[in-house]
Amino acid sequence: MKSLRLIVLLICSATGAYAQDDLLNELSKQDSSQKVPVTATFKSTRVVNGQSVETMKKKHMDFRISHRFGKLNSGAYQFFGLDQATMRLGFEYGLTDDFMIGVGRSTNQKAYDFLGKLKLLKQSSGAGAMPISVTAFGSLAIATLNKELEFQDKITYTAQILIARKFGERLSLQLSPSFLHRNHPDVTGDEKVLLAMGIGGRYKISKRVSINGEYFYTAREKNTQTAPYYDSMSFGVDIETGGHVFQLHFTNSLGMIEKQFIGETAGSWGKGDIHYGFNLSRTFSFDKKNKRVSNN
Amino acid sequence: MKLHLSRAVMLTVLSIALCSGSVFAQGGMFSTSSGFTRFISATPLENVDAKNNKCQVILNTANNQLAIRMNMRDFDFPNKLMQEHFNENYIESAKYPTATFSGTIDKAPDYSKDGEYDASATGKFTVHGVTKERTIKGKMKIEGGKITITSEFEVPLTDHKIEVPQVVFVKIAQIITVKTEYALSPKK
Repeated sequence: MKSLRLIVLLICSATGAYAQDDLLNELSKQDSSQKVPVTATFKSTRVVNGQSVETMKKKHMDFRISHRFGKLNSGAYQFFGLDQATMRLGFEYGLTDDFMIGVGRSTNQKAYDFLGKLKLLKQSSGAGAMPISVTAFGSLAIATLNKELEFQDKITYTAQILIARKFGERLSLQLSPSFLHRNHPDVTGDEKVLLAMGIGGRYKISKRVSINGEYFYTAREKNTQTAPYYDSMSFGVDIETGGHVFQLHFTNSLGMIEKQFIGETAGSWGKGDIHYGFNLSRTFSFDKKNKRVSNN
Repeated sequence: MKLHLSRAVMLTVLSIALCSGSVFAQGGMFSTSSGFTRFISATPLENVDAKNNKCQVILNTANNQLAIRMNMRDFDFPNKLMQEHFNENYIESAKYPTATFSGTIDKAPDYSKDGEYDASATGKFTVHGVTKERTIKGKMKIEGGKITITSEFEVPLTDHKIEVPQVVFVKIAQIITVKTEYALSPKK
């Protein structure tokens, strides 16, 4: 009888021990978590040169300093391109969590650019999930280098639909159908309208570091008399440190705005016309509410 | 002998039924799926303050067992960049989606009497995939057939292997203050 009581006791305590986890399991069964948004498809608002589906968050300003150096194949005399630097300074700001605006100035062509980016669809997981993120991008660039031109002839419009999907934590891929309208193409005889398809992606190799790549296919013949250009192709590394994103890369494009890298990439990877460059992004928060902790 | 054996079997079956019966006794179950958890990282430079209104809590008054579960993605930050960094870099929500507590109320109050009682619960506290055995102090308020559990406690980041790199733009405290308020009503 004694052993019997022991068995009963053992069984009782065993079920008792399981009970806590049963309660927890009960909770996970009931978890009614619906759609969960997928965040951080890319670390930055740029894949390399091209726009990513990301926008600046509300009341955050991104101060971007981007550099592209000369061609690697320019040799030791030019210190493999590092003697020549072109740059773009940009200020970009999130008006809401889904809409940002920005302004930039590039040394290349003395160009000013104004941009806007709006998140249309956001990828999510869970019940009724959205499989992709879609962001619309528009910009207006004014190349002021040639003083002879009429003002409207200095303008190029760009419109892009950015379609991206984050496949798990590491891999994100993006398609960027692009439309450019140059009021006055740089080379006489070049078409005003240029269509292109961008494909880009990133692969995270650690929590804070990812490898990025992108390619813009332009719907035109390459390296012709009227369009002495190639398709833009870039590879890089993103390093994120919480507030800063450093993007280091190799690209055949010198320009850092859509008009230039989609439309006017003069370098060829095959000939070694490769530029080393970096984007330095520093985010400032203007959300004063965070500075105080209310004790409600 | 035969008689003994059948009696043993009967007793065993009975005891299992009784034990599990008490565990799943519906009458003693109190729960919520809109519990409130808030955490604060306070440094002289910057404060981070996040709230979660979707915490699940279940209490079995028959055996004083308590389970709490929340999705890390449900923490809402006023600053969305901080929220992204929290999920992506610090708490790693994709890998460790939930924080849980599973334990027992140490000194159970008389659930049938209205009043406010000092209480504590001991059990397994899991955040960022790291489980710690902890006793958390708080208060239990019984009023009109409802039980409200409140508590305030500290969580050191190092306890749960949450790494904050040296070069960080947002300053983050090494010890996080957590405040909870769970209003439980009888489960139907």
